[in-house]
Amino acid sequence: MSGSATGAARPSPIGAPGGDLHAAALRRDDRRERLALFGLALPALLLVTVTMALPTAWLFWLSLLADDGTLSLVNYARMIEQPSYGRTFLTTFEVGFLTTGLCILIGYPLAYTLSQLPQRTANLCMIAVLLPFWTSLLVRTYAWLVLLQRTGLINSWGMALGLWTEPLPLVHNLAGTLIGMVHVLLPYLVLPLYGAMRAIDRDLIRAASNLGASPAQAFRTVFLPLSLPGLAAGALIVFILCLGFYVTPVILGGGKVTMVSNRIADDIDVFFNWGAASALGVVLLVLTLSLLWLTGRLARGVNLFGGGHV
Amino acid sequence: MSWLDRPASETQITHRDRLWLYGVTVLVLAFLVLPTLIVIPMSFSASRYLEFPPRQWSLRWYEAYFASATWMDATRTSLTAASLTALTATPLGTAAAYGLYFSRLRLGKLAFWLMMTPIIVPAILVGIAIFYAYVQLKLVNSLIGVVLAHTVVAIPIVMMIVTAALQSFDVNQERVARSLGASRLRAFVEIVAPQIRFSLVTAAIFAFLTSFDEVIIAIFVSGGSNSTLTRTMFASLRDQIDPTIAAISTMMIVVTTGLVLAVHAWGARRR
Repeated sequence: MSGSATGAARPSPIGAPGGDLHAAALRRDDRRERLALFGLALPALLLVTVTMALPTAWLFWLSLLADDGTLSLVNYARMIEQPSYGRTFLTTFEVGFLTTGLCILIGYPLAYTLSQLPQRTANLCMIAVLLPFWTSLLVRTYAWLVLLQRTGLINSWGMALGLWTEPLPLVHNLAGTLIGMVHVLLPYLVLPLYGAMRAIDRDLIRAASNLGASPAQAFRTVFLPLSLPGLAAGALIVFILCLGFYVTPVILGGGKVTMVSNRIADDIDVFFNWGAASALGVVLLVLTLSLLWLTGRLARGVNLFGGGHV
Repeated sequence: MSWLDRPASETQITHRDRLWLYGVTVLVLAFLVLPTLIVIPMSFSASRYLEFPPRQWSLRWYEAYFASATWMDATRTSLTAASLTALTATPLGTAAAYGLYFSRLRLGKLAFWLMMTPIIVPAILVGIAIFYAYVQLKLVNSLIGVVLAHTVVAIPIVMMIVTAALQSFDVNQERVARSLGASRLRAFVEIVAPQIRFSLVTAAIFAFLTSFDEVIIAIFVSGGSNSTLTRTMFASLRDQIDPTIAAISTMMIVVTTGLVLAVHAWGARRR
């Protein structure tokens, strides 16, 4: 136990013969116990190592090999030379930025209202935010497919109301992909943002108001800046998650939206090209980890899962 | 003075001035909740073309689901895999969380983050890494392969829940038990586990749901007679809009939201 450990590690008073020996024995015991405790993590650690860490290291190595097995950067050079890879990255970033932007646009007002509501009402609304969180991704994707198709609910209602006359192409394209992704990712923005907004000291708003700020001024000059760290953290999380999306682009994009993940799967399923897939995987991994690192730096003190109690 | 004219915040703004904001909020909440819920009435439609509201009600899509060997096999695989995942990930994750929490070695932090990677890195990377490993280990398309892969993804979730529980647990109680002569195992079983049992059950349920809902890894490593429900749904969605999936979706919504709400209700009652 750590408490007794620090006690035992303290040097024994001079002139107490055998004290040092005793302390050393205690230290040894403590060390042995801590290693034994660490051993409890070994089965899980072993499983992760065998199924993930080692294969990932191996894939990293594969990405550095040419078809004939010699060391080369051909798999990475291909990404720069072939325009189709450039398009894939462009699509990925385009989808990422648009999704993040849309999430901010509709997520900020939502989080703001929730943060102003009494705690009980806000918690109730939070269930509405969290329920989709735990509904299967495929179920939600299917729901959007049904709603957005040519004969779907949105098109038939829109035309019945006379809003538009021809069925709008809402699915099997970029629009469908974006709708589906915003739906999945919105809670990831709202949770940290809501947490940050709840943490804002409301006395500051009161002070601004007392000093003569209009409601809009108080919001713009006091509330908004204080909510920005939460917003930045949430937006970065959404963007990072966008980069790895696979299911939504396939089903709601109808094969027209190819993101990095889809390209990786194609390289393996269709072309059996492990080298190309690995190189793309390495790029995706490095991109994700560096953005996560950035988020960690920016979001120090922001609770990324604030408000989420499920 | 009506409710509308009362100040809505610390400033002089009234609820009336904020009506537009409340409107936007309701719309966004509807955007989050309604699309999923609308599948439920649609699944009872008698028509091939999913209408809302259905002109005629029927159970034909549920009948189609229960009559299909493919869907039944897939459902059995998914339920088995999810149960086994919960059974393996919960003890493994709990042991790891407990061990790392109390050992307080510097190595522990590294180990913790290594075990978190399956939920940090994009799923496609986990998918191809595990697929690559399984090609060597000859585990592709096997049930045990699916269970092991899902266990790896569920362990970090179990660890997060259990670590949070240990952080709020009064460690002195375990110390007392052990100073009175209980072994570490006995102290855990009799003192620690009963007090964090809510978190342990929650962890098991979320491990189950993680496996049950997982798509991408299942696409790579499951197949043949061991295809999971999500894999079969994905393949079907790629081709066409099969109304049977509305019935399956409804059942999945009932199962997952039922479990999550049960956890929520239990947690709320305990507080």
